[in-house]
Order: sequence, then C-alpha cells, then structure tokens
Amino acid sequence: MTGEATINAAPLLEIENLDVTFATRAGPIDAVRGVSLAVARGEILGIVGESGSGKSVTALAIMRLLDRAGRITGGSIRFRGIDITKLGTTDLRNLRGAALAMIFQNPRSCLNPIRTVGDQIADTLRAHRPLSRSAAKARALDLLAGVLIREPEKRISAYPHELSGGMCQRVMMAMAMACEPDLLIADEPTTGLDVTTQKAVMDQLAALVRERGMAMMLITHDLGLAAQYCDRVAVMQQGLVVETAAPAVVFSAPSHPYTRRLVAASPTPTSTVASLSAEGTAESRAAHPHDINSGNPKGVIPGLVPGTHGAAAEVSAIVAPWVPAINAGMTPVELDQRGTLLVPLTPPPLMTVANLVMRYDRDITAVAGVSFDIGAGESVGLVGESGSGKSTIARIVCRLIDPTTGTIRFDGADIGAMPASTFHKATQRADIQIVFQDPGDSLNPRFSAFDSIADPLRRLKGLRDGMALRTRVLECATRCGLGPELIARFPHQLSGGQRARVGIARAIATQPKLLILDEPTAALDVSVQAIILQLLDRLRREQGMAYLFVSHDLNVIRMMCERTIVLKQGAIVEQGQSAVLFTAPTDPYTQGLIAAIPHFEPGSATPPSAGRRRLG
Amino acid sequence: MTTSTLNHVAYVLRGNLVTAAAAAGTALLIAVAILGPWITPYDPIASNVSIALQPPSFAHWAGTDQLGRDIASRIIAATRLDLLIAASAVSLSFVVGALIGSLCGYHGGRVDRWIGRVVDILMAFPLFVLAMAMVAALGNRVENIIYATALINLPFYIRFARAEVNVRRNLGWVEAARASGNSHFQVVTHFLLPNILPAMAVQISLNLGWAILNAAGLSFIGLGVQPPTPEWGIMVAEGARHITTGKWWLVAFPGLALMLAVLCFNLLGDGLRDILDPRMRT
Repeated sequence: MTGEATINAAPLLEIENLDVTFATRAGPIDAVRGVSLAVARGEILGIVGESGSGKSVTALAIMRLLDRAGRITGGSIRFRGIDITKLGTTDLRNLRGAALAMIFQNPRSCLNPIRTVGDQIADTLRAHRPLSRSAAKARALDLLAGVLIREPEKRISAYPHELSGGMCQRVMMAMAMACEPDLLIADEPTTGLDVTTQKAVMDQLAALVRERGMAMMLITHDLGLAAQYCDRVAVMQQGLVVETAAPAVVFSAPSHPYTRRLVAASPTPTSTVASLSAEGTAESRAAHPHDINSGNPKGVIPGLVPGTHGAAAEVSAIVAPWVPAINAGMTPVELDQRGTLLVPLTPPPLMTVANLVMRYDRDITAVAGVSFDIGAGESVGLVGESGSGKSTIARIVCRLIDPTTGTIRFDGADIGAMPASTFHKATQRADIQIVFQDPGDSLNPRFSAFDSIADPLRRLKGLRDGMALRTRVLECATRCGLGPELIARFPHQLSGGQRARVGIARAIATQPKLLILDEPTAALDVSVQAIILQLLDRLRREQGMAYLFVSHDLNVIRMMCERTIVLKQGAIVEQGQSAVLFTAPTDPYTQGLIAAIPHFEPGSATPPSAGRRRLG
Repeated sequence: MTTSTLNHVAYVLRGNLVTAAAAAGTALLIAVAILGPWITPYDPIASNVSIALQPPSFAHWAGTDQLGRDIASRIIAATRLDLLIAASAVSLSFVVGALIGSLCGYHGGRVDRWIGRVVDILMAFPLFVLAMAMVAALGNRVENIIYATALINLPFYIRFARAEVNVRRNLGWVEAARASGNSHFQVVTHFLLPNILPAMAVQISLNLGWAILNAAGLSFIGLGVQPPTPEWGIMVAEGARHITTGKWWLVAFPGLALMLAVLCFNLLGDGLRDILDPRMRT
C-alpha cells in the first residue's frame, strides 16, 4: 500500500449516482436512483429506510450479488479506488469475502445446515488464503473466540441447528471477519434476535469494527439501532437518499419530511400511540392511552361493598368460579367470623387463566404454571424473549391448542375444558379472536380480502352470501381503513399494511369480547406499524374489546397496554400496571429487557452515548 | 374478473410457447373426442377385406388395416374412449388421493403412519402387473380399466398431497381458519386443497399421459378394451403383427396419436400450474 496516499485520503467506498433497475413483468423498476454514499475507514455508516427503499439492493449492488433481473444501469461504486461495477467475475471473487464481507439478515438460513460451523469458517479462509486444513481450523477457533462464543472448542464442531439464533449470527460474524475485510456490510444483522441478544451482537460488532480499523455499513429499519451505533446515517426512501448526517442531527432535527415521519413513527420510551404519526395527531384523541383505565374501573365499586351475610353468600356463589385467580394474585380474600367469603366486589374478569402448563415431548416445558386474568375491555400485554412461551400462551388462550394442564375461564364458562379440536363449535369461538404475527402468512393466498373477512361470518354467524354478509364485511373493512376497491384483491396484491388491516378486520368481524394480538406489527415497517397501532387502539375504544397483546417490543406494549406481564422461560417474572412496570421494574430480567432497547431521543441534541465513539 | 382471468391465461401462454402449443394440442384432442362420430370419414368398424392393408393414400390418408377398416377413422373414433378412460381414472385417483393425502398430512399421527406404510407396499408392486391382475380378476370392462388405472396412480397423489399439505399445515392462515370457526375437515377441504391445486395440476397433467399409456398397454396385452372397438392400444397391438412385412402405417399412426396425446399432457403441466396460481397474476 505504499505510494497510495491519494487512495487513503479518499473514502474507502465511494458510490456515485448509482442506478439499479429490475426487469419485471410490469416493466423496468428503478430500485435505486442516483444514490451517492461514501464510507471512510473506521466509520460506521447506517442506512435506514423502510421496505422497498432500496437499502438492501444498494448493499447487494456493492457486493455485485444482485439477482439476474437486477442490473446496475448507471453510476460507479469505487472501492479502494477501483470501480467494482466494471470488475470481472474472478476479480470479484477475490474481493468478496476477503476485502468485502457481508452479514445477512437471517443467520440460520445463511449457514449450511449439514456442515459444522468450524468447517464453514475454514472454507471461507481457505478460499482466499493458502492455509493448511489444521491451520484454518486453528484460525477458525480464534475467530469464534473473537466473537465471544463461549467454549469455542466445543462449538467449532457444532452444526447450525445446535446453536441459538444469536450464536449463529456470531458465527456469521466470525466468517465475515475471517479474512479481515476492509468493509463489512451488515444487512439487518439483528432482525429476529431478542433485544438482549441484539445488544450483545451489536456491541460486539461495533467493537470489532473499531478495533480493527474496518468500515461498516449497517442496514437497518430500526432508527434506535442506527442512532446508537452509527457515525453517520443515510435515510433512504424509494431508491433515493433523502438525508445524510450524524444520527444526532438526523433524529433530533430531521430536515426531510420523510425522515420526520419516520422519526415520529418510531416508538420511543416516551411516545404515545397518538404521537406516533403526524397524520394521526389530527384525528387522535387528547386522551393519553393510560387514561383508558378510567373508563374501566378495576377495584371496588363504591356503595356495593357487601354488608349482610346474605349478600356475601350470594357474592361467594357468584365469585366462586374465579376464586383461584383471586388467591393467585390481585385482591386479598377475606373471611368473616362465620367463614363466609367476603370479597370486594370487583366485576368478574372476562378471562381467568390459572396454573397453565404446556409440556411437549421430551420434557420440554414451554409454559410453566402461568396464572393471570383479563378484565372486560382491558388491554394486557405479554412480553418476553423468544422461547418465553408467550405465543404458546396466546394460542392456548385462543383455544387453538390444548394445554397440558390448567384452567381457562372465559365469561363464566370453563373453556379450558373444551378440547381445541371441537372449539370451533363452541359459542365462545366468536368471542375470542386472534390477529396473527405475519399478515402475509396469515391470509389464505387463494382468498380475496372479502372472502378472508367473510369466512368467520359465514362459519360463526351463519351468514349466507348476500347483502347482509356483504354489508357486514364492508363495514368491518371500512372500520379498519380498507377501501371497498381493495376488497376484491388477493393477499399478494395488497401491501403489508393492507394485509394487516384484512387480518384485523377478519378478527373483529364477529365482534369478539377478547382479541388476542400475536405480534401484530412485528413484520411491518415503522410507519405502517404506527398506523396499525392507532387503528387497534381506536377499535378497542369503539368496540369495548379486551386485548391480550403479545409482543417482544416493549415500547409497543407500554403504549398499547394498561397492564403488562413479563414472561421468562414460560413463567411470569413480573406483572403490573404498565406505567409502573416500565418506569420502575423490580425484576432484574425486566430491567435488562428495558435497558437493552436501542433508542434515540428525538429533540435532544446530545447523542446517545452507549457503545459509540466519535470519529477521529 | 373473467376478462382478467383470460388476460392471465393469455399472458402465461404468450410467455411460454411450448405450453401454448401443448394447450392447442390438448384443445384439438378434446375437440376430436367430442366431435368424433361426426368427423370420421368412414365407419371405424365397418370392414371391407377387398381393400385390406392398403398404404396411406388420398382416400385413406392413414391407410387401412388387415380388415380393410380406415385407420384414420379408427384413430379419431378412439380419441374419445382413450381420453375418457384417462380423465376418469385420473380424476378418481386425484379426488381420493388428494383427500386421503391431505388429511394424513394435516393430522399426522398414527393413521398417517399406517396409510403411509400401505402406500409404500402398494408402490413396491410392479404397478402395471397390479393393474393387469385387477382387470383380469374383475373382468375386461372399461370401468375396471379405469379403477385399475386409478388405483395404481393413487399412491403418487397420496404422497404428493401429504407432502404439500405438511409444509402448509403450520402456516398462519391455517390457524386463522381454525379461529374463524372452521372444523379440521373444512380447513383441509376449503383451505389446504385449493392451495395445493396448482402444484397438483402438474401431477394431474403428467398422469393423464401416463394413464393413456397404461390403458393402451392393458389393451395391447389383451386385458383392456376388446376388438373391434377402436382404441389406440389395440390398434398398435393388432398392427404389430404386420410390422415385419413392412406395413408400418398400422402401428405408426395410432402410435403417433398416442405419443402426441401423452406429449401434450406432459407439456401442459407447468403452464397449468401458472394459470391456476392466483399469486402468478399481477
């Protein structure tokens, strides 16, 4: 590298007016339009944007890994002064892996499932360097140790399926680091990982980049992540870079309207559902989400405290079915001198779940004795990391699967005693509905939006094809913000947000009393998420539904739920009013979860300090 | 809606000329099968020994057979029977096989394992021998040929439907269907079966060609349709005796018809999948 002072002064990677076009059935589509970016040595550049913004396409263009339909139609990508767009396959192969490395979104699917991780790292090494098998193995061991994998001697001979998601991502990192590349492109490296794992992986990635003087391009949809780890952030929208600046500048004083929208839509520790979008504020209520509590008193109803034994006896008869819940949790039970049960008269909870246990074969316990209740019209959040059993609980409570043991009482009936296989015939089926995680995956590809929404009405409300059905479907669709022109479309003809609306319209079609939301916005862009959360919040007020809101996103839960239950490995570690739980968590696990959320503070000029170091 | 469907079909056919040719060939076959009795130039079973074994000419453009029957007329007349046997057999095995297979794939468990073993045993037989045995035991009737052909195709449908349903049974929309109040059976019939249809269309189309060959094969060895009924397999069988004396047209033309039919069905499959899959539409 002697005598290349000019190159060293220039950025490591310089993209100028890059155009990428995809040939599709509907004609050419410009995925990237005149993008110019530069990354200097030792710098971490964040590229943020929503799906379809062209951020991943830009990354693939740099790696020259675009699929056949995509072509670079203009501009240049200079890496160390050489234009990558003009390189032949041999030169490219020498560059990839050795000087340019990439970490992909889903680590597990990017690793070869039938080879040990050590072999895969050794393969990368030997592809670029003349190393003996044993030397490559020894180097692989060093690399695994370098990405802080515990017991690397043992893990080196593990297969990808034997490792957790975070572990697989570390293996991918080790592989990307193997040939000490100059530029590392990380495309959503932590999507799908738990917040605590995300923090560990990102801290380490940033540390590795700093300590080896590499450069990194971090592609993410998470503004908090970008703010926390990047020196500069480029915001992309529809193939254009709309804004490039230091994160503190971008997020505290966004100059482009799109950035402003994006910043507003990203949930922060202080945002409310109403504040999520600029458009939403006009129609949003003045009411703070936590004020919903006032409409649904939980506690003693004044003037109805039982005074006479007769009344108390009646009360005990009424409350008897849900006594276990009272014992298990919220309200102290009193007995008077004659042994009659005296309880403060609270309205019976809509659903009471007691000692729920779910055990699979080979003694895997997904849910280990969980008890909670949900009041009518109340919104309860269920948070936890992957494997905490939150989705399993959602499915059991929705009566889609049977628990090993435990009771579920809903609206006065013991629905836990009804097997899931015949629950579709139960009258309560229409009262408990569910919204699924991935709106694309939860709609039948062969059903139009109309058919999807009509299905529960046909099955559970006995509506036949005709005006009544059509009116009701359109009413639900409109309520969820789906125009009548979209109703005949198939899922693949709808956007992610529209699909989510179809899923919600289907779930509210039967006017359920309890709506279970299983990560309803996890697969959506932040701006769409903001709109869907506002929709859900509005629907709950309008229809007086109770929510069981399952999510790994604590900010979302905090905004949407009055009460929050924190799960860890199938057991409840903490529960309480959201306002209290999120400001003063008592359990160390909850504290860790809350601390691990990457966040940025819009409006504050001081950049978040965690894990960052200024350039230069 | 209908125009969009037609547009979509036109788009698929335009993009794939082989499929378009196969579709045209299939349409021709079906037209011939329907119009058969009215477009045959001669009576397909009227024999006239004085003009026996004549090579192709203007009067008899596919020649005449050993009894002086017009081969072209016989090929045309046979189309209906051959397509009928193939279509009925394939529909039968498709309906039964898809239902059993998808129920197995959806429910899993002990029934699935048992049916799986039965299918394994069925597939371990030489299938054509099995069909021969069935027809021989039940009698040489058209419906027995259909049953036999359907039975030997059944294992493929069961396995195919089972595998296709198995990968979909844990998808969100299956759970959503349950939450919407569908019974397990309704989930299979209203949700899963329509979704595996595009993939099965390929299997159906391949199988049609195979079923025609199978029926012709049974007739060829004398276990199928009986003479003098015109059928491609019998015609090939009867003509085979004369091939050594240079009378090639007795075998060549029915063989060609058979080959064209099988080819068309086989090539149609991929296009059919694209047409049936709503996701392929824009």
